[in-house]
Amino acid sequence: MAVFEHMGIFAVTPGMCLMWLVSATLLYLAIKKKYEPLLLLPIGFGILVANLPLTNLMDPGEGLIWRFYHYGVEWELIPPLIFLGLGALTDFGPLLSQPRLIFLGAAAQAGVYVTFFVATSSGFTLEEAAAIGIIGGADGPTTIFLTAKLAPHLLGACAVAAYSYMALVPVIQPPVMRLLTTENERRIKMAKARKISDREKLLFPIVAGAVIILLVPASAPLIAMFMLGNLFRESKVVERLSDAAQNSLMNIVTIFLGLSVGATMNANNFLRREVIFIFVLGLFAFIIGTATGVILAKIMNLFTSNKINPLVGGAGVSAVPMAARVSQKMGMEADKKNHLLMFAMGPNIAGVIGTVIAAGIFLTMLG
Amino acid sequence: MAQEVLAALAGNVWQVSVGVGDTVEEDDELFVLEALKMEIPVYSPCDGTIKEIRVKKGDKVEEDDVLAVID
Repeated sequence: MAVFEHMGIFAVTPGMCLMWLVSATLLYLAIKKKYEPLLLLPIGFGILVANLPLTNLMDPGEGLIWRFYHYGVEWELIPPLIFLGLGALTDFGPLLSQPRLIFLGAAAQAGVYVTFFVATSSGFTLEEAAAIGIIGGADGPTTIFLTAKLAPHLLGACAVAAYSYMALVPVIQPPVMRLLTTENERRIKMAKARKISDREKLLFPIVAGAVIILLVPASAPLIAMFMLGNLFRESKVVERLSDAAQNSLMNIVTIFLGLSVGATMNANNFLRREVIFIFVLGLFAFIIGTATGVILAKIMNLFTSNKINPLVGGAGVSAVPMAARVSQKMGMEADKKNHLLMFAMGPNIAGVIGTVIAAGIFLTMLG
Repeated sequence: MAQEVLAALAGNVWQVSVGVGDTVEEDDELFVLEALKMEIPVYSPCDGTIKEIRVKKGDKVEEDDVLAVID
């Protein structure tokens, strides 16, 4: 009889079955719809195996995936390693050539803060509200980094919300941007940007890294790795390291990240009413962030003759490069010879840094 | 009068949609560039005949590089 007692099939609970459906949904979105498959696929599979009974996979101290989670996420190893790769992938040229567009990246962080206050007043603790607000920064690793520190019980929900909304940027943003702009504004052609010298690109990660860390020390793990990755790229002397950081290393840590984030989602902490609120508030944060970026661009246009196409404001939410692609696509819809892509990359990258700084501020205040 | 077709942004040449000697009208698609995994068509700035094509599929281009010359 002992054989039967040790069979998982008799220990299945209704909650587990519901989680299988959640897993199936994410796998479907990843495989069929290609929504962020690199993350949603391992997350979806992680959910499935973590919700099979009697496996010990997530038992503290002994489970296989628990170890991935503990050493990778709780020890804060993986998100900074992903930032190393992102740094190596990022060209700061578009940001440096139009420094004024940095403000748009900062403005979009309003989505994070507004949502933080709304979440606080809807009954979430300050730590939980910060984790939910940061979803609006549209940056997966930052969301995971902050949530693992402040509200680990919400990690699965916040990570899935962040990654699914990032995949849905091309659906969420255009209606908001269309509502806030006129046809003529969408047609604005922006003046050619200055060319950035190699020396400026080389100095930027060193100087900006030091300045940001001096101002917000809590952002150091992410910013330091991000800027180091960028220095790999711009120094042009360590191409092998740059390549490893943005390809093999990034792919390896992504496997462990997705799987362990998925495995944190068990029936007990995912099938709750709060999780619905997290998804609603996360969406709200995205919309507010997009709207404030667009509105700030319009306000800046009141004071300058060198007009900004407000569509690039929407790219201030990070979601690199999906949000910049949305600006390009909508700009081309208004005028097919208008190319906003590179202009939009400026606020887009500024948005990533802005979100990390916002997370650093939350950590300083609440951590 | 010859007119140059410039790359609006940096990227790779994804597709060359015309050949030397082709007659084109303003707003015809001449090339498709690829930047940040996005396909971006380049349209003709004027009516005319393609006199010269200076890039081929897969080439890397910088902003303002000359892609073709139209007569």
